[in-house]
Amino acid sequence: MSEELVVRRISNGTVIDHIPAGRALKVLRILGITGEEGYMVSMVMNVYSKKLGKKDIVKVEGRELSSEEVNKIALVAPTATINIVRDYEVVEKRKVELPDKIEGIVRCVNPKCVTNAPREAVHPSFRVISRKPLKLVCEYCGEYLTEEEVIAQLAGT
Amino acid sequence: MSFSGKDVLSILDFTRNELERLFRIASSKFEGDELKGKVVALAFFEPSTRTRLSFETATLRLGGGYIGFDAVQGTSIAKGETFSDTIRMLDAYADVIVVRHSLEGAAKLAAELAEAPVINAGDGSKRHPTQAMIDLYTVWREKKVIDNLVYGILGDLRYGRASGSFLRVLNLYSPKKVYLIAPESLRPKEELLDTLKMPWEFADLEEVLPELDVLYVTRIQKERFPDPAEYERVKGSYRIDAALLKNAKEDMIILHPLPRVDEIALDVDSTPHARYFKQAAYGVPIRMALLREVIP
Repeated sequence: MSEELVVRRISNGTVIDHIPAGRALKVLRILGITGEEGYMVSMVMNVYSKKLGKKDIVKVEGRELSSEEVNKIALVAPTATINIVRDYEVVEKRKVELPDKIEGIVRCVNPKCVTNAPREAVHPSFRVISRKPLKLVCEYCGEYLTEEEVIAQLAGT
Repeated sequence: MSFSGKDVLSILDFTRNELERLFRIASSKFEGDELKGKVVALAFFEPSTRTRLSFETATLRLGGGYIGFDAVQGTSIAKGETFSDTIRMLDAYADVIVVRHSLEGAAKLAAELAEAPVINAGDGSKRHPTQAMIDLYTVWREKKVIDNLVYGILGDLRYGRASGSFLRVLNLYSPKKVYLIAPESLRPKEELLDTLKMPWEFADLEEVLPELDVLYVTRIQKERFPDPAEYERVKGSYRIDAALLKNAKEDMIILHPLPRVDEIALDVDSTPHARYFKQAAYGVPIRMALLREVIP
């Protein structure tokens, strides 16, 4: 495989493959991986993919990501596949699945939504009403959140 | 089909049968002391006249007592206490909490925090379920039917919570047609239009007036405009007066959640079309029925 030329195989951990090109940093951000945790993290961007044309790949050595964690990345990487690696062997392979409810990853865009009020006992919560294109609806104020808005937020812009 | 302990957050939480049961109770001229010993908390974080006074009246007419505030001055919120903490405190004191707030979703948050049932008395620009009940009750009382009528909804359909709630509750019925009459900048958001199940279209008032059975008028709410210049530009763009109504059906009724400013001329008040004061009066029996049903 072409990525083997760029990044070496990992012995134990998680390989997130088939990330849409250019979104690997957003994936890391959603997973809360900053680099300060001490895991060996490798990432390649814009490598050739038969399926996608171009793709990104993220490898996290020493950490197996749970389904719940991994499903969150479906917001920016619905095509991603997850490989759990033990002793250089892929022991589990699965696709990400966008949950029906998204909690605490993105914020409501409505400035008058109660979830944007400071110091209140509330977290943003969305229901997924469309997967392609992605469309979420705020459970508190009913405002839509579009795919572009989700991606812009996760890019930190 | 009991409402006991139920939160009233959105008109969409109710079925047609549940609403009509409420209407039957409201129209039965019931009175008594069914709320004796009960305390209703009126938490009005945003000003209100009709909604607050009709909740107070409804409580008193059923023998209950109320506590609360109608402005954040004079409360600990002015010292920086959060909405969440205020609700937790009221939950410890009262049997039901009626909430009015400028933030959208505030009533849902209150319901999550409080064990007592929460009634949304208007939060932000989208939801005002008890107003929608009163509006629908007015149609039910004054026209005897709700289905198969032609409705015109006029005014600020974007920032006004009453028109949005009324449109949502009409989804439970089968109107023949709903005309949305609003300047382009005040048309409903996609979030609302997507939910409409009845035949609807944008229209011009003079064109559709002769067809209407019910004309629901709302105020342009200055405080909802992000830009005051935009408000100045559109405020005069619709107005109903007696001369205009000569083209209306004889039995067409006009509703308005009030307060009105100048969208309905005073000469309309004495026409048989005007039902908005009756509508305001219906606020008390509807809220009596609701409090009686909701308080455990």
